[in-house]
Amino acid sequence: MNLETIIKDLELSVLTERQDFSKITPSSGYTSDLLSCVMAGAPKHSIWVTLQAHGNIIAVAALLDLSAIIVTEGAMPDPATLVKANEEGITILATPKPTFEIVGRLWEMGLRAE
Amino acid sequence: MSDQPSRNRIISDQEAEHITRLEELAYEVKVQEAMTSDPKALDASQTMKEALDMFRSLRISGAPVLQRGEIVGVLSIEDVIRSLMVPDLDSKVTEYMTSKVITIRDEELVVEALKIFVNKPIGRLPVIDENGNLVGMLTKGDITRAFLKALQRDTQEEEMRRYRASHLFEDIESDRTSLILRYNIKAGDFTHGGAASSNIKRALMRLGASPQIARRCGIAIYEAEINLIIHTTNGGVIRVEIEPHQISIDAYDYGPGIPDVEQAMKPGYSTASEAVREMGFGAGMGLVNISRCTDSMTLESTVGKGTRLRMKIFLAQQETVGEGYPAN
Repeated sequence: MNLETIIKDLELSVLTERQDFSKITPSSGYTSDLLSCVMAGAPKHSIWVTLQAHGNIIAVAALLDLSAIIVTEGAMPDPATLVKANEEGITILATPKPTFEIVGRLWEMGLRAE
Repeated sequence: MSDQPSRNRIISDQEAEHITRLEELAYEVKVQEAMTSDPKALDASQTMKEALDMFRSLRISGAPVLQRGEIVGVLSIEDVIRSLMVPDLDSKVTEYMTSKVITIRDEELVVEALKIFVNKPIGRLPVIDENGNLVGMLTKGDITRAFLKALQRDTQEEEMRRYRASHLFEDIESDRTSLILRYNIKAGDFTHGGAASSNIKRALMRLGASPQIARRCGIAIYEAEINLIIHTTNGGVIRVEIEPHQISIDAYDYGPGIPDVEQAMKPGYSTASEAVREMGFGAGMGLVNISRCTDSMTLESTVGKGTRLRMKIFLAQQETVGEGYPAN
């Protein structure tokens, strides 16, 4: 399953620069809003679902080589965060839906925890 | 599912990068670097038969026509074909050549030649020097070859840079060689949180560290960095000493100090403020993560003086950095 399918099926908005998402295949999924838990638990190339939207999520995603961040509950990163994300090549996706629903849908589509 | 190629497929970053580089090259490479020098020319007195023989023996598809050294036209293989169909091979080349000659100066940039190729139905351009003398011929194929050569040179330079970094320690003789990186971390500067750890991770990758080692260092240093941002009075310093067989990381500050180090080490214990916790920091997992990612870790603190966190990661024989072992 590639990121393009996920973006389409979950109706996610792409906040960062578009790229060929059909070539990005997330390894697994992870969710937490505590950054240290993410640092400890998110596998390489996974999708991270969170309602945190501040600049530091980019540093976390870059250090862990995550495939993408899905920001839930309509939280909106500020422009500086998006600039940083583009610099680091991190994809940020947004949705008004709650984390529980997004994670459930990803599981339904076949994405698993590592 | 969208496995089918989409009609309005978006080009990937990598592709976009190459396009930009090619565009740049059009403005960097000069005509004289791309052209075929020592051009084969025909004389105005020669016949179509002679032109055909020359094209065939030299395997070229066109040549400028000179009269007393000056360019008076260009003859192409299409012109030869036209004369063959008559047949009229005994005519002079001047009968069949294109006499309105567009030339280009050797000093011009390739982009100027590209503009001509796009706007005019011609495939080759005679190149002239400042005195109007013919010095070369330029075709689209010449430009493609010049670009490929330049792109290859770019790749080689990056490979050379990476190669040099990954062999950094090899040629330096000492009893103990190390590379020290220092980063000043400001208190409360969440905006730049993670910048030091990202830079260190990148440096390690360049030095030839395996992705696993770089990731472990990245996580440990990130947590130490965030601790300095959240908890210190006036910020602190991260000092990373890279040796072939080990990476030693020191994170130190000058206050306020930790009253109970043992308690601070417990998973889930945190003194972070409510505001900081709302951002997802202060989970009380930072030091736990650090100890998980490092081979040794010591935390010393004196209230009123400061805190020093020392971490070490040991590298196996085949994983050493700066000694030429390629990553992974």
